[in-house]
Amino acid sequence: MKKRLVTLFLTLIVIVGALGTMPTLAQDDCDFAGEIYVGVIAPLTGDIPDVGKSTQEAAQMAVDEINAACGLEIDGEAYEVVIIIEDNESKAESSVAVATRLIVEEDVVAIIGPQSSKQAVPTGQVANDRETPMISPWSTNPDTTKDRPWVFRVAFLDPFQGPVVAGFIVEEFGATTAAVLYDIASDYPKGLAENFRDAAEASGVEIVGFESFTTGDADFSSQLTNIIAANPDVIFTPQYYNEVPLIVQQARGLGYEGEIVGSDSWGTGDLYELCGEDCNGLFYSTHYASDIATEVGQTFIGAYEELYGAKPDDVAALTYDAFQLLFTAIEEANSDNKTDVRDALASIELFEGVTGIMSFDEQGDPIKCAVIIQFVDGEKTYYDSACPVGFPPEE
Amino acid sequence: MDFFAQQFFNALQLGSLYALIALGYTMVYGVLLLINFAHGDIFMVGAFLGVFGSITLDLPFVPTLILAMILTGLMGVGIERVAYKPLRQASRLSAVITALGVGLLLENGMLALTGADPRSYPDNIKNLNPPLLGDQIDILGASISAETIVIIVLALLLFGGLYFIVQRTKWGMAMRAISYDKFAVPLMGVSQDQIISMTFLLGTGLAAAGGILWGVAYPILNPYMGMRIGWKAFIAAVVGGIGDIRGAAVGGLMLGFIEIFVPAYGKDIGVSSTWRDPIAFGLLLIILVARPTGLFGVARRQKV
Repeated sequence: MKKRLVTLFLTLIVIVGALGTMPTLAQDDCDFAGEIYVGVIAPLTGDIPDVGKSTQEAAQMAVDEINAACGLEIDGEAYEVVIIIEDNESKAESSVAVATRLIVEEDVVAIIGPQSSKQAVPTGQVANDRETPMISPWSTNPDTTKDRPWVFRVAFLDPFQGPVVAGFIVEEFGATTAAVLYDIASDYPKGLAENFRDAAEASGVEIVGFESFTTGDADFSSQLTNIIAANPDVIFTPQYYNEVPLIVQQARGLGYEGEIVGSDSWGTGDLYELCGEDCNGLFYSTHYASDIATEVGQTFIGAYEELYGAKPDDVAALTYDAFQLLFTAIEEANSDNKTDVRDALASIELFEGVTGIMSFDEQGDPIKCAVIIQFVDGEKTYYDSACPVGFPPEE
Repeated sequence: MDFFAQQFFNALQLGSLYALIALGYTMVYGVLLLINFAHGDIFMVGAFLGVFGSITLDLPFVPTLILAMILTGLMGVGIERVAYKPLRQASRLSAVITALGVGLLLENGMLALTGADPRSYPDNIKNLNPPLLGDQIDILGASISAETIVIIVLALLLFGGLYFIVQRTKWGMAMRAISYDKFAVPLMGVSQDQIISMTFLLGTGLAAAGGILWGVAYPILNPYMGMRIGWKAFIAAVVGGIGDIRGAAVGGLMLGFIEIFVPAYGKDIGVSSTWRDPIAFGLLLIILVARPTGLFGVARRQKV
């Protein structure tokens, strides 16, 4: 009953959303020879629905744009791209189930998603086993793509992001001690917490607290009191927007006055709105900053704002990039055969997306730059960049 | 900063909230022998009515709290009339399943009404600044926020008020009497319906107060929040001895203390904070094995 209600509700949203964004021109002029199905898996309900909303909006926009330009061309014929959006309720098991359904029943060419590593890691296994290309836009945990030739991603990896944040706290705050508070039951925070700890220790920062909780907790006072008793310069908390406001507020309520920094999971949803004044001035590392976007980025941001009346967040930008990668691969392959598309994805060398220039290594992981963002009076403001050594390559 | 004092107040805050919610379970069980599994979701509705009061109507803290308590209380009475009263003579299992259904209805109804996005309270409620207290207080070397004090004091007041009503008023006497023998009491001219409505009014009103105070302490509200917190409060009520309001208070506080002190001192003996829930519920299980009726519970003889 509950499930059916939710499904009905979601179907309504999807229909309304689709009606609202349906392009009115160009489609009649194209003579489509067929359709290409692309599956999208997003957390439309569950703990982080804002992530799902961004995914859905960006996916719809990418597909509408390509169809308005007469779809994808294969062997000189135009094919219409059709997306099938599935909700994974922000749960790993639902994600695996809908991925299987998309591949077996809907016969999709590729899957875009899931977003969080908690779902992307197990779902990547399904896609790989069933030999279907999958691109996760937002997952940063290495296991998502590791030894899985069919799985790709657009986000940088936690082993890169960890050192970025560690380097930042040393340079910016001269930190000598740090503590970590993370969700041990979720792949992304757990992986990143460990990467950060290792990188911080390597750069001479002492980790004085390494505390965990489990998904769904709202009270962190005990762990935070432990951390504050050790008096760290910085608290690092790689959590989602439904937890960060609680953590920040409780830390301040317990009398902590040091810095609190975060990671790319902070960039989504109404984190600042939920958090309020407490989060003003805080820093986090992420994929792109809308105020320094390149020409490609500006075009996307402008179009997105016009369509949805809000600036695209990281998830929207990365999802849009995932679609562009897939479109490029399908046209390069000149085929909608899954093996050809995979091979074409694997052979993309340098790609300029909304989130910057990226190239791909043999695991299907991008090599790209990270940025540091600061909340300044509620605006996500660009503060600094951090790139891998020797990247981007000189022209 | 005094580590123990700080953790003590953390535990007092969390425990008071569990206790407030546990009271509703225990009152309804005491009078009706019904486990009201919708109670966690009623708590959620109370928290969301706080959003309605504080944002939509732009009310300050106290009127928001009173408004939410009254509206939720009336909703509780309505739920009892519509969903539970027709089943009063049916088997207990039917009533429990109905309660689960009501819970799902509230949960998904709220999801449909407000969407899945989490909500928060406005700054004037999240950061209470009561007169004479200020924003942050140092007590016994612990740094306590004003919200924590307000939560603990209000929970004590509400509990005291409820205890007074149940133990010292005619209404309370009638409630205890119905709980004792629901067939004989109506013969004495006490309206069973009225007393049951009164019980629901008080129990769900307290759930609403719990919801608002929870939202002040942990200002991320979503339609699913009631499920998990409701379970914990239910367990607290059972351990305390379901049907006894002192039991609910003690059970709630106990759960709060275990949940805070396991991560606080566990690492000194090599237990990480991940072990919090297994240890908390393991301890509660041990209590139940030793005293199956809970700390304050009295075994009821079932006449066959």
